[in-house]
Amino acid sequence: MKARVHVSYKNGVLDPQGKAIGLTLANLGFEGVGDVRQGKLIELDLAESDAAAARKSVEAMCEKLLANTVIENYAIELEED
Amino acid sequence: MKASVIVFPGSNCDRDVQVALASAIGGTPDTVEMVWHGDSEMAKTDLIVLPGGFSYGDYLRSGAMSARSPVMREVVARAEQGVAVLGICNGFQVLTEAGLLPGALLPNAGLKFVCRDVQIRVENSQTLFTNGYQQGQTLRIPVAHHDGQYFVEPETLAEMRERDQIAFRYCDADDGRAANPNGSIDDIAGVFNDRKSVLGLMPHPERAADAIHGGTDGQGLLNSLVSALS
Repeated sequence: MKARVHVSYKNGVLDPQGKAIGLTLANLGFEGVGDVRQGKLIELDLAESDAAAARKSVEAMCEKLLANTVIENYAIELEED
Repeated sequence: MKASVIVFPGSNCDRDVQVALASAIGGTPDTVEMVWHGDSEMAKTDLIVLPGGFSYGDYLRSGAMSARSPVMREVVARAEQGVAVLGICNGFQVLTEAGLLPGALLPNAGLKFVCRDVQIRVENSQTLFTNGYQQGQTLRIPVAHHDGQYFVEPETLAEMRERDQIAFRYCDADDGRAANPNGSIDDIAGVFNDRKSVLGLMPHPERAADAIHGGTDGQGLLNSLVSALS
């Protein structure tokens, strides 16, 4: 089973990199781009084949290491092999 | 007083803080014990210092890996017993990641690495770490960081203010540059835990601890610890 973890800043947390990307897009002539937020994508290869068990285990990984829940949200996507 | 400095892979201010602390204690550098991050045991100590640097290359988040290293379980246990813990720069990041201090440190609002002297104000001089300073005294101490933007939820910030957990705030210097170098919420440069036994700060007191550094305003922090813990 593969897991994809998307980590992103919570609302209200200043993301200066996202802001710089937004400014550069505007400089390149892309119009109509509002707020830009930059996050992280972490891909995991798991031995677990049961989806519920895999999700539980990846949630624990997010809480313990992959995300800092003071400033970040995470979303987990699972994909069967 | 016994002091220990934790060394992570990528720490680079460990020797500086060892020398500055030893001189405050009045001994040779080897009176301050260096503890490798992979050790799970530590001798009895009165003060644990987490030094500045770029442990684990700031991978994932600054301080994230170090906060989960074997020695940190021992550091957390000692902190819970009331042993004093000081985190400087990367050490501050590690303390927030380890949950010993509230909040988190984000990339600087200006996106640049900031390396310069800043002016900070002592907001609480009634602690182990700050008793050698006057309340409201301003200090000139260098910072050198990319991820120094302190962030905490507004509700937690209100509680911290109530409990006098703000240790230092950036304040106006006479050189005309913006006081807050990194966009930290409420101009915060350093914070205590609720018991005031743990301090994390972005400025480097060990880099302003000898006349040869060009300033000695950081010495007061180390001397405060020595007088409180000896």
